[in-house]
Amino acid sequence: MQREPPVLSIRGLRKSFGATEVLRGIDLDVRPRELVFVIGPSGSGKSTLLRCCNRLEEPSDGSILFDGTDIRAPGTDINAVRRRIGMVFQSFNLYPHMTALGNVTLALRQVLKKPRREADEIAAAALARVGLADKQGAYPGELSGGQQQRVAIARALALEPKAVLFDEPTSALDPELVGSVLQVMRDLREAGMTMVVVSHEMGFARAAADRVVFMDQGEIVEEGPPAAIFGAPQHARTRAFVDQIVRH
Amino acid sequence: MPGFVETFFNLEIMRAALPYLLQGLGTTLLLVLLVVPLGIAGGLAVALLYRSPRRRVRWPLILYVDFFRAFPPLVLLIFLYAGLPFAGIEIGAFTAVAIGFFLNNSAYYGEVLRAGIESVPRGQWEAARSTGLSAPRAMLWVVLPQAVRNVLPDLVGNTLEVVKLTSLASVVALPELLFAARQAQSLTYNPSPIVLAAIIYLVLLWPFVRLLSRLEHRMLVSR
Repeated sequence: MQREPPVLSIRGLRKSFGATEVLRGIDLDVRPRELVFVIGPSGSGKSTLLRCCNRLEEPSDGSILFDGTDIRAPGTDINAVRRRIGMVFQSFNLYPHMTALGNVTLALRQVLKKPRREADEIAAAALARVGLADKQGAYPGELSGGQQQRVAIARALALEPKAVLFDEPTSALDPELVGSVLQVMRDLREAGMTMVVVSHEMGFARAAADRVVFMDQGEIVEEGPPAAIFGAPQHARTRAFVDQIVRH
Repeated sequence: MPGFVETFFNLEIMRAALPYLLQGLGTTLLLVLLVVPLGIAGGLAVALLYRSPRRRVRWPLILYVDFFRAFPPLVLLIFLYAGLPFAGIEIGAFTAVAIGFFLNNSAYYGEVLRAGIESVPRGQWEAARSTGLSAPRAMLWVVLPQAVRNVLPDLVGNTLEVVKLTSLASVVALPELLFAARQAQSLTYNPSPIVLAAIIYLVLLWPFVRLLSRLEHRMLVSR
């Protein structure tokens, strides 16, 4: 497994907003079927890191290779790259004027140019996969937060991405709804999906992550298996953060 | 008050003027069918261009919108119709009205649509782009439908104003409804045709005013 080339390979990634440098040289490889968990205090640059991976934020410097494609190269069709990287947002961002099925089929039809029937079938299967087979016709406003986030995951999955980026997928959910979303993510991991997850769900990280990356002030301070990061952090900053999380 | 009724609600004169007024109504409707879509298209262009990160693009737009929102459309029409010939540009009444309304309307519709687009959360755009939708497709399928829905009452209200404003075309002798009514008035020395024109406007616009109220109410409820 270690021999396989990484799905995502980030080198020297920097990002500044004006005078503020949010990412200060990030190096990170994500291998196929790996679940990488990114933790760190707020403002450490975790979300920006994710958003640079599909160029929702334009990196200031460095290189990002996704599935062998240099996503920053001038000739790269970023739309072609994006449909192979799923993204799940903290605030779901479902299209409120479309049904659950419509949310999932939009890119299938407009980007992959699937005919309606085929798009509907793929979308129905994706919704079934996240446990929402019976919610095809529901509008986002009629769904709970947990259901909305699962539709958003289905929207990403329907395009058969090579990797899915999760940007605090459960942070906007009521506690009792978190479990259903984590369950879907666990299923995805079982199915061998490559995932990068920014989240505060430390229990989930412990149980499901292959690797935990601790970020602080725009840098990766430490990374390793969850047991090592949570059990025996090497760096003082990691220890302080982990202690704080455990105590709360 | 027999004098008042005879003067303002003289049915005989109204009956005689009606065919002429209906002809005027036809021109008014034609005008509306031309200037409303043109104005919305121009407004959409303004609203979309306004998203440009470049100041060189945004600045002239702001000037354009401010100018035509502040400039009296009546003066604009007269200038286009009577002023342009001095510059050697001869345009007919209809063209003058079409151009004048296009300039004025796209400024107004542009502001409404811009507000609509800005009311759609950024996450919608990002979600659409993250699935590989190109910028135009994300705008067309995700942002615009929500933008229009969010400002629908303003769009309808603005359109009502435009319909009423088409009566300005009478100053450049375009035979629309009000122009026809005033002609009939000067022929009969009686204002009843004007009242009839008002009634026609009222009957024509009332359903849309109702619709507007309902839309506004719905917006308040859903908020």
